[in-house]
Amino acid sequence: MDEKKLAIIATKGTLDWAYPPFILASTAAALGYETQIFFTFYGLQLVKKNLDLKVSSLGNPGMPMPAGMDKWFPVLLQALPGMEGMMTSMMKKKMASKGVASLEELRELCVEAEVKMVACQMTVDLFDMEHGDFIDDLEFGGAASFFEFAGESDICLYI
Amino acid sequence: MAFDQELDASGLNCPLPILRTKKALGKMESGQVLRVIATDPGSIKDMEAFAKQTGNELIESGEEGGKYTFLMRKA
Repeated sequence: MDEKKLAIIATKGTLDWAYPPFILASTAAALGYETQIFFTFYGLQLVKKNLDLKVSSLGNPGMPMPAGMDKWFPVLLQALPGMEGMMTSMMKKKMASKGVASLEELRELCVEAEVKMVACQMTVDLFDMEHGDFIDDLEFGGAASFFEFAGESDICLYI
Repeated sequence: MAFDQELDASGLNCPLPILRTKKALGKMESGQVLRVIATDPGSIKDMEAFAKQTGNELIESGEEGGKYTFLMRKA
């Protein structure tokens, strides 16, 4: 069986949107795909040493909330201080109760499975971040380095 | 049917049962059989898909008392 290749661009930095890249990458690796994730813009938050990602219902009318809150809870209240933290903690509890892996665990599984992770150097500069802010198993590169891999990939996802 | 190793993935959700299965198979010899127990209903389709794509043989797949069991022979 020829080794297939999966290339993912991760652009979002919220807790909920952090799952798809790591779930797909770890699963692809288990299926024998050579896998690479390119983290750019807010996606860089996913490869910080300390993951402190939040979930926000703002701008996301599709997000289900407990006790039917998504039906009656006014959007304006969702913008109040503390709401984001509350929703994040509710989401984390929900995930744990359903046996969904933590992001830290999924990311670690990706590292173990030798998923190659590349961070966008331009974004690192743009937001005045330091290489030391990120996990060790990370390379830094630009758009051309992404295409070097993506150009030969069988599947390419923008998340 | 006899098996060489057992993996209990009960309570775990996608993609963990598949990732644990892959890891367990990695430590086994070719031809050995792994029994996997899972509670994730999605694992029925996923185990089939995993076997098809990795070349490991899904010998048996069943449900008993809300638990799904699989027998997988390592390629």
